[in-house]
Amino acid sequence: MARFGMVIDTAKCVGCMDCVVACKTENNVPEGFNRDWITTEVHGTFPTVQMEIRSERCNQCATPPCVYSCPTGASHVHDVGGIVLVTKEECIGCKACIASCPYDARFIHPEGYADKCTFCIHRVEAGMDPACVAVCPTHCMHFGDLDDPNSPVSKLLASRKHHSLMPEAGTQPSIFYLT
Amino acid sequence: MNVISRRRFLKISGVTAGVAAAGAGVLKGSQLLSSSDVMKSQGMQRIPTFCDICFWKCGAIATVKDGKLWKIEGNPEDPLSRGRLCPRGTGGIGAHFDPDRLRAPLIRRNDRGKEEWVEVTWDEALDFIAVKMQAIKKSYGPESIAFFSHGIGGNFFKHTLKAFGTPNISAPSFAQCRGPRDVGFRLTFGEDVSSPERTDISNAQCLVLMGSHLGENMHNTQVQEFAEGVGKGATIIVVDPRFSVAASKAKHYLPIKPGTDLALLLAWMNVIVKEELYDKEYVKRYGFGFEQFAASLAEYTPAWAYVETGIEPERIVETAREMARFKPSTLVHPGRHVTWYGDDTQRSRAIALLNALLGSWGRKGGFYTPASMDVPAYPYPDYPKPVRGKVDNPDHRYPFAHETITNGIREATITGKPYPVKGWFVYATNLLHALPNEEETIHAIQNLDLLVVIDVIPSEIAGWADVVLPESVYLERHDDLNVEWFREPFIGLRQPVVESPHDQKPNWWMAKRLAEKLGLGHFYPWKTIEEYFEQRLSAGGYSLETLKKQGIIRGAKQPIYFDEGVPAEFPTPSGKIEFFSLQLAQAGFDPVPRYTRPPAGPPGSFRLLYGRAPVHSFSRTQSNRILSDMMDENEVWINADIVRRYGLKDGEYIRLKNQDNVISNRIKVKATERIRPECVYMVHGFGHTAKGLKHPFMKGASDAQLLTRYSVDPLMGGTGMNVNFVTIEPEATHG
Repeated sequence: MARFGMVIDTAKCVGCMDCVVACKTENNVPEGFNRDWITTEVHGTFPTVQMEIRSERCNQCATPPCVYSCPTGASHVHDVGGIVLVTKEECIGCKACIASCPYDARFIHPEGYADKCTFCIHRVEAGMDPACVAVCPTHCMHFGDLDDPNSPVSKLLASRKHHSLMPEAGTQPSIFYLT
Repeated sequence: MNVISRRRFLKISGVTAGVAAAGAGVLKGSQLLSSSDVMKSQGMQRIPTFCDICFWKCGAIATVKDGKLWKIEGNPEDPLSRGRLCPRGTGGIGAHFDPDRLRAPLIRRNDRGKEEWVEVTWDEALDFIAVKMQAIKKSYGPESIAFFSHGIGGNFFKHTLKAFGTPNISAPSFAQCRGPRDVGFRLTFGEDVSSPERTDISNAQCLVLMGSHLGENMHNTQVQEFAEGVGKGATIIVVDPRFSVAASKAKHYLPIKPGTDLALLLAWMNVIVKEELYDKEYVKRYGFGFEQFAASLAEYTPAWAYVETGIEPERIVETAREMARFKPSTLVHPGRHVTWYGDDTQRSRAIALLNALLGSWGRKGGFYTPASMDVPAYPYPDYPKPVRGKVDNPDHRYPFAHETITNGIREATITGKPYPVKGWFVYATNLLHALPNEEETIHAIQNLDLLVVIDVIPSEIAGWADVVLPESVYLERHDDLNVEWFREPFIGLRQPVVESPHDQKPNWWMAKRLAEKLGLGHFYPWKTIEEYFEQRLSAGGYSLETLKKQGIIRGAKQPIYFDEGVPAEFPTPSGKIEFFSLQLAQAGFDPVPRYTRPPAGPPGSFRLLYGRAPVHSFSRTQSNRILSDMMDENEVWINADIVRRYGLKDGEYIRLKNQDNVISNRIKVKATERIRPECVYMVHGFGHTAKGLKHPFMKGASDAQLLTRYSVDPLMGGTGMNVNFVTIEPEATHG
């Protein structure tokens, strides 16, 4: 079975936020909220500085605490690609998922339900990349099937050094950062 | 002289390209059409156009869903966007929905700058303007009207004003931005770097950025090519007092003292010449005055430069050798906004000369020769010949200014010399943020009989206008054809995607209507803009229908390097690359660049530097709610150690006070290890004070407000603006 994931090349990412803007327009994310964001990590003392810029979002965890903590079953694992989704009609806005997410990836939509990145499932099912991946001017983002050893994402992971966010949380993230 | 033959060469090849391209274009157009047919069945339309959030003019496809603008994406057929817009372009739909935008023509009803208006009809507004213009013409002559413009949207107003009889057509993009660079390169190679820059970043094996913050500055194609270079492992050298995003990708980051770049350039050239690492054959074949130039470098040793720049001599030598190792595919990027210290033309010339030593001009991975399609201009009647010459540069005091100097017009408006300027038209440029020293701009405005501002938002300059003309945003209008000079030739079309929500009009409509009211209707023989396009395109052998469907018509790839057969021509006086410039010597300037240490600021002050954020363009996008959601206010970057010493906290509001006691709006401290301690930095465009800009009003601080001083480049009149110093004021004393 396919497991969708993203591999993001931090060497190329310039942190321009195009991914954030594209997600916003593609998914009509309301003003004041975003489903993805940029994190800039700076280490060292001027002028000996290292910096990693990352495009972050829901990690689409294989062990998703948000799904386990949801009292209504609104948060669930989709049958395509193992994507974690929210059925907004079933969500009661209790915020248990928000409390359980170590990545702070969720927010309560002004209409009252928990919202977050969907990997643009509507695009993926139509054969397109998620909006953030498709827009990136640096081509630093890659989307594909992590379970297929021949997919471009798997090949990148096999050939480049990488890390994921807070692996110690035991969530098994599906987003990996090339360094 | 050589320009003509080279241009003719390009023109001829452009024609061939157009014919060759037509077949391929139709195929791609039908693909686009078929996908749009599918979309139509889902209540969706996909309409190609090109972006206007900056001046890069990326080809885009907008999607309208159930009659409402949904999104805009890069047009895969467009060589500029290569199918991907930058964040500003992607957020461009926010311009259409912006609640702060101008809605109806306005006439001032109180003192200038009070921002009190009466809404009027288009006829009332244009009649008012026409009457004032005729009165100015009668008393002072048509030359007493000046135009300030930015972007392709200014073309039709330019046409109307030239038809009216003024030669004073300007844009801040010259004297407040790229002018020194273009003059420096002209003096050396005989040609401009042009826009989009002819930099072959994607093929550069070594890329040197001096203060250019690609990645924060989102000139789309350049950023795409930069990331490509990073991916391919190009050697990147970044020189900047701030650890920019580009610096984080660099093999060598040189944290230079602000204002000393020319010293570093001279020392690099000293090493390359002394160690004989330059492209000897290229220099011998194409160079003029190399011996004198080489001799002039002797004093500029790396040890000497260390004292000026703070860059260790061994790092200067090491990076010079790196550049030479990859020659001629080493690109020392000329930058774009280069009006920094007033010696900017000579610094740009030094960059040109370093590239000449490396043999990169005309070579793969250096500077390519751009190509363009042959689309003739519309056959308008001849413009009347102005009786008086341009007002901005009397007696050619800035002898190498090849474009109009905005600040020269401003000065003439203040002094009335060489002749009075009584009317300003300002199109899509917020002069109060674009020109340094707001007070001088306001002083000049007070001398005017007419100030017309044409814009989409109620900018600060609009607040001072007598008449404000609200323009449709780019997604709602046609503009002139984009016949671009680029790596490969193409034509781009901007066409309306949605209707304007209120009483806004496209610039071409306003400019044409105004011309008719001035009795200049014969300068607009066409009735609709499509007639204008049709005329120009059919004269070039292209089809408007195809262009409407595809958004882009591409020409065949041209030879773009000397090695591919582009003639190595240098339209300088010597016909060669001028290492030593006789024309500079004759005009009384240094024939080879020489270094002068920049004056220091008052003790305890910080040099104010400014730049760009990837999500905003100038001071024009802060009310776009999609983009403001990405960045709502700017911060002042201060070295973390200084922040500690001042007892400040990251995120705390402070104010900045400049050397002339101008105090900024409040601004958040960004405590960071990414900047030298003697300077501070902020993103340009914030700190709006125009009442109509309700959303961004007083958010962040305006660098422009603090730029009371500027250092004029004696060669071309540009305003060096990194010459202001600020101290830190606690917010508590002002809040």
